[in-house]
Amino acid sequence: MSEPGAKSGNGSANTATPKIQIRGVCKSFGPKVVLDGLDLDVAVGESVVVIGGSGTGKSVLLKCILGLLTPDSGSIKIDGEEVVGLRGQDRDRVLRKFGMLFQNAALFDSLPVWENVAFGLMQGEGMARDEAKKIAIEKLASVGLTPEVGELSPAELSGGMRKRVGLARAIATTPEIIFFDEPTTGLDPIMSDVINDLIVKCVHELGASTLSITHDMASARKIAHRIAMLYQGKIIWAGPVADIDKSDNPFVDQFIHGKAEGPIQMQVRAG
Amino acid sequence: MPILQPIGRTFLIFLAAAGRLTLFAANGLSYAELDAEFGVLIGRQMIDIGYYSLPVVGLTAIFTGMVLALQSYTGFARFAAESAIPNVVVVSITRELGPVLAGLMVAGRVGAAMAAEIGTMRVTEQIDALDTLATNPFKYLVAPRLIAGITTLPILVFVADIIGVFGGYLVSIYKLGFNPTIYLKNTIDFVEFEDVFSGLVKAAVFGFLITLMGCYHGYNSKGGAQGVGAATTNAVVSASILILCFNYFITELFFAR
Repeated sequence: MSEPGAKSGNGSANTATPKIQIRGVCKSFGPKVVLDGLDLDVAVGESVVVIGGSGTGKSVLLKCILGLLTPDSGSIKIDGEEVVGLRGQDRDRVLRKFGMLFQNAALFDSLPVWENVAFGLMQGEGMARDEAKKIAIEKLASVGLTPEVGELSPAELSGGMRKRVGLARAIATTPEIIFFDEPTTGLDPIMSDVINDLIVKCVHELGASTLSITHDMASARKIAHRIAMLYQGKIIWAGPVADIDKSDNPFVDQFIHGKAEGPIQMQVRAG
Repeated sequence: MPILQPIGRTFLIFLAAAGRLTLFAANGLSYAELDAEFGVLIGRQMIDIGYYSLPVVGLTAIFTGMVLALQSYTGFARFAAESAIPNVVVVSITRELGPVLAGLMVAGRVGAAMAAEIGTMRVTEQIDALDTLATNPFKYLVAPRLIAGITTLPILVFVADIIGVFGGYLVSIYKLGFNPTIYLKNTIDFVEFEDVFSGLVKAAVFGFLITLMGCYHGYNSKGGAQGVGAATTNAVVSASILILCFNYFITELFFAR
């Protein structure tokens, strides 16, 4: 195995403050170590995709950055500001920089689609209902959904439409940073590609920095500038998307070619 | 001392749970605000807890009042004390049966629904989504429910009191042959402010307990459908037990002298 973190934190040669800087983050649940001194940088405007098998702690990483989980140790900086342990209004202020597309979209099923999209504008930023609805309908249009869809309840939507609505909600507040949690899981290959295209388009329009986690290599190749591989709580390889096929890393090779044989032994029990 | 160990362990678990609940409730209530947006959230919950519980609570109250009059009659007739029926009905309903039965019915209806709704939001990451949209789940989900529970239950119980007394009146007049004017006069003469007030205080406490249990168990549920099921059961069972337990202590506070 290559030196943990040896290639992480690079790839963007500029010396400016990274949008997200993660250093030495550890997180355990009981005896199970999920993150073990993880280092990762996301530069301004950069799209980083973290790949790794199921149960390797990809979701835990996102939740630690968002403050939904508190790391046991380590530092997470957003725009140079330490966010570990932030509470109350300071945390809300930092969270306003974020948008997130959840794995199963996590739409609020008690609200119609347009209110889901406008939620961050109305609740988080206190925008008036009419104005927020107008923006919500624009955002729905930008993910290819008609205003009529806005009046539906989330329960009436198909998986692909839910993802689109989730994407519209994630970009509604014009965030500086967007997280994508397994954006194509559970979709057919065509719909996956549609979602990938939408992600690329929306991120490009917003100029946002993004951090995605996925185990879908087609998706990773399409949306990433840089790919990082998470294994046993560390980033074991990171580099530009073009280098992924010549990484000379047996772990990465096994993963991207989807082979059962190799150095990675699949965990049978979920974390 | 292996015999004492389980007792100590249970006691510590009890203390830890009480502490967690107190923190949860304090955290929830600390987000209560006095603005229009928060008012809308509370209003929605009040309609859910109060208005939609009216049929079930009304039916419970009317049949309880009716059976109370009938049972009292069969008992009191032996001592020729039938004239005490209006008094027994109004005091039992306003002090005890109104708040307790309404509380238990609402715990089954509203507490379960709250635990299931918030529990499902938890396991489908909707609560995480709230957080990432810079909306505090305690402010959006917990605080409005707690406030609505505390304020709505007394109103609901006051209505239940009236319906319960009316149930006793119906049976007494149409089945037992009482004189309606005398029955009503006896009822109104006998009932005191403290009877009704103590019942409404109980109702407010029960409303708090029901919504707290619903929110707490829902918020802390995990593990998919099974976890939500467990949260729902725990919310109803714990709220029901707490209602009966607090009922005794509030009664003692008001009437044990």
